[in-house]
Amino acid sequence: MDINRIQQFGDKLYEAFVARSTIAPLTEQVPDITLEEAYAIQLRYIERRLQAGETIVGKKIGVTSKAVQQFLGVYQPDFGQLTSNMVFANGADIDLGGLIQPKAEAELAFVLKEDLNGPGITAMDVIRATDYVVPCFEIVDSRITDWKIKIQDTVADNASCGVYVLGDERGDPRKLDLTLAGMVLEKNGELYSTGVGAAVQGSPVNAVAWLANTLGTLGIPFKAGEVILSGSQSQLVPVKDGDELVCTIGGLGSCRVSFSGRSAV
Amino acid sequence: MNITLSSEAITRLTERVEGAQTRAYSIPKLTNEYPEMTADDGYAVQLSLLKRFQEQGHKLIGWKAGLTSKAKMQQMGVNQPSIGFLTDLMFRPENSVITTEDLVHPKVECEVAFVTKDDLTGPDCTAAQVMAATDYVLPSIEIIDSRFAGFKFDLPSVIADNSSSSRYVAGGRPRLAEDLDLRTLGVVLEKNGEIVEMGAAAEVMGHPAEAVAMLVNILHHLGESLPAGSFVMSGGITAAVAVNAGDHVIARFQELGSVSIRFE
Repeated sequence: MDINRIQQFGDKLYEAFVARSTIAPLTEQVPDITLEEAYAIQLRYIERRLQAGETIVGKKIGVTSKAVQQFLGVYQPDFGQLTSNMVFANGADIDLGGLIQPKAEAELAFVLKEDLNGPGITAMDVIRATDYVVPCFEIVDSRITDWKIKIQDTVADNASCGVYVLGDERGDPRKLDLTLAGMVLEKNGELYSTGVGAAVQGSPVNAVAWLANTLGTLGIPFKAGEVILSGSQSQLVPVKDGDELVCTIGGLGSCRVSFSGRSAV
Repeated sequence: MNITLSSEAITRLTERVEGAQTRAYSIPKLTNEYPEMTADDGYAVQLSLLKRFQEQGHKLIGWKAGLTSKAKMQQMGVNQPSIGFLTDLMFRPENSVITTEDLVHPKVECEVAFVTKDDLTGPDCTAAQVMAATDYVLPSIEIIDSRFAGFKFDLPSVIADNSSSSRYVAGGRPRLAEDLDLRTLGVVLEKNGEIVEMGAAAEVMGHPAEAVAMLVNILHHLGESLPAGSFVMSGGITAAVAVNAGDHVIARFQELGSVSIRFE
């Protein structure tokens, strides 16, 4: 794919994001699109958001569970960039009018106190370089019509990132069992699903190490202060006006979010 | 209790279940012969089986709660939890080798187990009372083995078959229940080194102590109570996983260590 085509697709995704609309899957428009091209499109889409005044505040890791990997037929995670307009405080009420076709996921977020320069990063480096971890919700969203995504579509679309909410209770990864910590997700006061850290690449720490090594190879900086959403520990939760979600990670704490209004689709 | 079976029928069904359990063969579900059979009829058969085992010298160690999650009830096509008894002959130590020769189609599930220090009685036992009466909790694996062909059954049949209980293993790390958040406690079940199931203990009726309280209340309905010193398995946190000879299974619990067994 030539550079103009990549730029065009990045622009289309950005325009869909701004207009709260969707575009046909890129994999239908360009059946032989590669993963590399998809990441190049993502960079363009993010470049447009930065030009509009946002800044990079972190990364998200996606496709971390076996179920999602089998569904997409890929056996490694993907990543997207977190930008400054995406973040919401714990307990926020999110206006669905700003989103297209959102779904929620409960995750563990890492905040770095040191740069992580891959390749060669291990799980031990991740624990050492982590300032703290917090429970969080990622509200994924797709600029691709009806979520009809293959791996190249979601990668180009910034790993289907929408917005995210960080909990207030910070934990020290040296004092927690992030692999076996249970996660309980409640929707409107009722148990919705449960999970465990191990659902994410065997441990969320492994996912962050993968990210550091992947970013290092691509020459993308991974800096102290960045937030990393490490991958979903729950099923995707559909959300609508009036819904409230709480996720609690064992030994750590909770994150809470509610929703109002109507999304575009 | 809503007993519809004659005492002769209960004896006949007890012998049928005992034969299937001890000689490891499958039988058709009991409701094929007794379509009107109730859950209470199932418990009458189960208690008759327990009495028979006790007369043979088996010791009652405690009870298990079964079908405690919505997913489990849907998987098995029933709509309420059940309980079953646990004897000394069903117990296997941690790290032991369990033979599949005397099992029909075994499956494993991971559970939080409770050991009590006070008597608990229904009919209004609460999770808070269970927590107060708990000496300690520990990790456990239950090997369930429905004696019904193809795991096809209904609630009365499964209750008569001692709620599919067959073997149980308790792990080595006891903890005080009040030191843990049993709701968010995570567990990972690995078979031959691969993660096959995982979840948090809230899957068990929102909190494992709720399942123990439910069990005490069912015991009351059966005219029984839960004496101090009982061992209680609170119900599978994950879906049950089929095992075969040669399989190695390890259940890893947050804060509670692990339980490991092999099958031959």
